[in-house]
Amino acid sequence: MTATMNESVPGAATRQAAGLPRLLPPVPEDLRGHVARYGQTPYRGQAGLLISDIEASGLTGRGGAAFPVYRKLAIVDRARGRKVIVANGAESEPASRKDELLLRVAPHLVLDGLQLTAEAVGATEAHLYLHTAGSAELLRALAERSARSVDMLPVTVTQAPPRFLAGQESALVNRLNGGPALPTFTPPRVTERGLGGAPTLVQNVETLAHIALIARYGPRWFRAAGTSAEPGSMLTTVYQPAGHCQVIETEIGAPLRTLLTSGAETQAWLVGGYHGNWLPLPQATALTLDNATMKKYGAAVGAGVLVALPSDRCGLTEVARVTGYLAAESAGQCGPCLNGLPRIAAGLAELAGPGHRRQTRADVERWAGLVTGRGACNHPDGTVRFVRSALTVFAPEINLHARGQCSATNRRPFLPLPDGIPTSEDDWT
Amino acid sequence: MMSETLRVNPINCTGHGVCAELLPELVSLDEWGYPIVDPSPVPAVLDREARRAVAACPTLALRLLKSDRPSAPAPAARPPRRAPAR
Repeated sequence: MTATMNESVPGAATRQAAGLPRLLPPVPEDLRGHVARYGQTPYRGQAGLLISDIEASGLTGRGGAAFPVYRKLAIVDRARGRKVIVANGAESEPASRKDELLLRVAPHLVLDGLQLTAEAVGATEAHLYLHTAGSAELLRALAERSARSVDMLPVTVTQAPPRFLAGQESALVNRLNGGPALPTFTPPRVTERGLGGAPTLVQNVETLAHIALIARYGPRWFRAAGTSAEPGSMLTTVYQPAGHCQVIETEIGAPLRTLLTSGAETQAWLVGGYHGNWLPLPQATALTLDNATMKKYGAAVGAGVLVALPSDRCGLTEVARVTGYLAAESAGQCGPCLNGLPRIAAGLAELAGPGHRRQTRADVERWAGLVTGRGACNHPDGTVRFVRSALTVFAPEINLHARGQCSATNRRPFLPLPDGIPTSEDDWT
Repeated sequence: MMSETLRVNPINCTGHGVCAELLPELVSLDEWGYPIVDPSPVPAVLDREARRAVAACPTLALRLLKSDRPSAPAPAARPPRRAPAR
């Protein structure tokens, strides 16, 4: 492994220490502010060069899967001919807000990362895939860059449909190919055959922003934050028990409790969003935000969605509501998911109601087992992870409800869901 | 010898159940009629039946994929094959 420190940007490399935040400037930055802070886009002038720096940095994907970034890059780098790169900012997880914020306050960092990564793998086509039409700041950034010829490749912007699975890699490629944003069966992976059949590199926008910094300050700088196994910082979306949501950039490995900024009483944490895990207190508060630690509790950091559920809400009711949403968001392509998720959701709705049939809990457990590992994408597995951990953490609540009681003193919904849940098939495009 | 495992493309599969009929040793059906296939390598004695089940699937959802693990029973004299480390 070779780590080449990048010194191609005179003046810029010393500007920024290893301190946080790395990604989020205090106010949205235009091109002039971005260049003043970070210097020009540090192109290497040759494909492949940046990949060894990214390998040395230990950067993992920030879209949720935490896959080593250099490996995907190396696969696409090795391919010949037409190649495509896509910056994935779809953030279709309704509780996540970090990509949207990043694209608004530091659009040039993401777009630098897109261009630098495109150069590194020899991509011939660049796309930006968004959950919304794009903020004014982002659209201005794209215009500024094309006016001043900052980019080596023009960037095509495409808007994702408002569906939970729309940001999934194969769904994204299908959408960019002009079809519905539905997942497909792998193999082949999109790195082998993606957009228009070309090898396609899909990277989360936060991952690209980290790459833009690694290209400037090098892997050693990057590793000054985080743990040795999981270096760097990450953006988290934290739902405070008092009810507000904050995007916080934190070191990987930071204790969960350091992310709490309000004093309201918490009963449980949800780690990793709606495909993530519920963790009970006090265990959760002692945990640190890294996958090595989370794995011991069967959890994963995912895309950094963290919810501190306040003690005045009913966790079971919250979980039943979200599971109903997740079932409605099944693409409906795979039999086990199509059949299992609505049954699991109905079972949870029954458990969350007053009194339930004796066999309902066992039914939910059985259906959970039946759908696991049997989808073309990870939607059934992720949904089951969310549900199963809830059945454990909120077991006392299930017993209360069986007797017609509920611990909630506040019935306002806590976990966020999109306003209108699309139901027709047209909504996938 | 490179072994093979059965894999269902769950998008193509519409739950005809032909596979479970032809290959009950490796395929069972869930309560909705969709196949649950044994993830371990297809044993040599079932090779012919597995191929027949793959060919009979009306939606071409059942496939035999090359696997890195040896089919059971493993040849006694040879160590198990492993995927090359990346």
